[in-house]
Amino acid sequence: MSAAGQTAITGLGQTAYTKESGRTVMSLCAEASMKAIEDAGLERGDIDGLISFTMDTNADHDLQSSLGLPMVRFTARAPFGGEGAYATFQLAAAAIESGQANNVLIFRAFNERSEARFGQPTYNAGSRRDFHKSLGLVTPGQVYAMWHKPFLDARGMTSEDLGRLVVQMRAWAANNPAAWFYGRPITLEDHQRSRWIVKPVLRLYDFCQETDGGVAFVVSRLDKARESGRPVVRVLGVQQAWPLGESMMYNYYKKNLVFPEDTVHVAKALWAQTGLSPAKIDVSTIYDNFSPSIPISYEGYGLCKPGEVRDAIRAGELGPGGSTPVNTNGGLIGEAYLHGLNNAAECVRQMRGTSPNQIEGAKIALCAGRQCGMVLARE
Amino acid sequence: MQARRDQDFFWEGIDRGELLAQQCDECGQLRHPPQPMCAACGSNKWHGVRLSGEGTILANIESVHPTRRDEEPRCVCLVELPEGLRMVSSVLDPENAENGVPVKFEITEYDGQLLPMVRTAGGGQ
Repeated sequence: MSAAGQTAITGLGQTAYTKESGRTVMSLCAEASMKAIEDAGLERGDIDGLISFTMDTNADHDLQSSLGLPMVRFTARAPFGGEGAYATFQLAAAAIESGQANNVLIFRAFNERSEARFGQPTYNAGSRRDFHKSLGLVTPGQVYAMWHKPFLDARGMTSEDLGRLVVQMRAWAANNPAAWFYGRPITLEDHQRSRWIVKPVLRLYDFCQETDGGVAFVVSRLDKARESGRPVVRVLGVQQAWPLGESMMYNYYKKNLVFPEDTVHVAKALWAQTGLSPAKIDVSTIYDNFSPSIPISYEGYGLCKPGEVRDAIRAGELGPGGSTPVNTNGGLIGEAYLHGLNNAAECVRQMRGTSPNQIEGAKIALCAGRQCGMVLARE
Repeated sequence: MQARRDQDFFWEGIDRGELLAQQCDECGQLRHPPQPMCAACGSNKWHGVRLSGEGTILANIESVHPTRRDEEPRCVCLVELPEGLRMVSSVLDPENAENGVPVKFEITEYDGQLLPMVRTAGGGQ
């Protein structure tokens, strides 16, 4: 097991989050990237690594060209995105800790709402037959709901419980000026009145907010970050786990449908790497493309005992005033869907003390996805 | 020559009226969905075997096609097979679809294509 991390997140940049950017994806990507470099107090010549994940369509060298980076010496892509988005920070740490790069730019940008919506059907009459789409799983909501359902059933969770959770996410978003749902909190009744999209699991308000925009980070050597005199957000630990049989989307074939084996392994490795435990976490973000993703990972990371997530939700523990604040930006459901990386941005803000929903005295943040996770520390 | 895909045997079986899965030639392990190599022993030799065509519903959801909203929703289900595999299918008699209900596969035409759909044991025809 690797020792506690020797990197820091020194720069954070993001564009406006909109439903119709009217610009190219590379324009969004370059804007977020340049803002991250400036935020880190670095020059373009300081950036020598470029990292994203495989679902990002911005070619590394096009981004380099737009930004005018004089020399890139390290590039890498983590698998997929989404639940695996935070693996980018592990790649950055691997590059930096092995001396192959000094300052790595992590980027993600898309016109996911106005141009290439993930929520659109991927199957139509006449498509070649396959094992999922042909049988009726034609959108991500349907694909995920099919394996969310056994977990929710096992925990005795209903649509109302998801509603109680979404109310908490929307309460955070309501106080975040960057959030799509800024100033628009909802009640449980509002949630229960929103229309079914995938009955009997997902209503409209259980979905994330498809978004146009970009977000970028600079990850740097910890020693150099400390010398800079600027705010230091240390990457204390970052891990991936892909146990055989687990699948990011079509997760129907693993042995135990109710046990988030991937997440449990990520968490175990994180606690081993950092010497921490779930009780030490002051604030979390949890990848929430759909609301049921939150209880699955909340249990998987040990933020409650297995089987107790319904009680935690009913007690309001994830929302404002709760004992385990989750997605203080409003998450992907309330703020925006930047494929998970806007949740990482919120963890950085919490560690800098600049979140619109700042948790008083927060020193340790967990940035959680199912197949990867990261622990940040305020120095 | 066009590359033969790992799942072609399955759909050729469906078109003949047979529900098949891959079985490893070396260790006998069954697998679904199809892939080129046996995860248990590493052999890339396999053959298709007929399944019993029975199963049990583990979960089901209602699927509305976003651009074909006027059509009847489909009831999509996850089926546990007695052979130790799982398959995604859709239920021909959705009113009977519940967790734990036994089903039988019926190869049925949908959108001009033959598909492995299921009917509940009590569903009759």
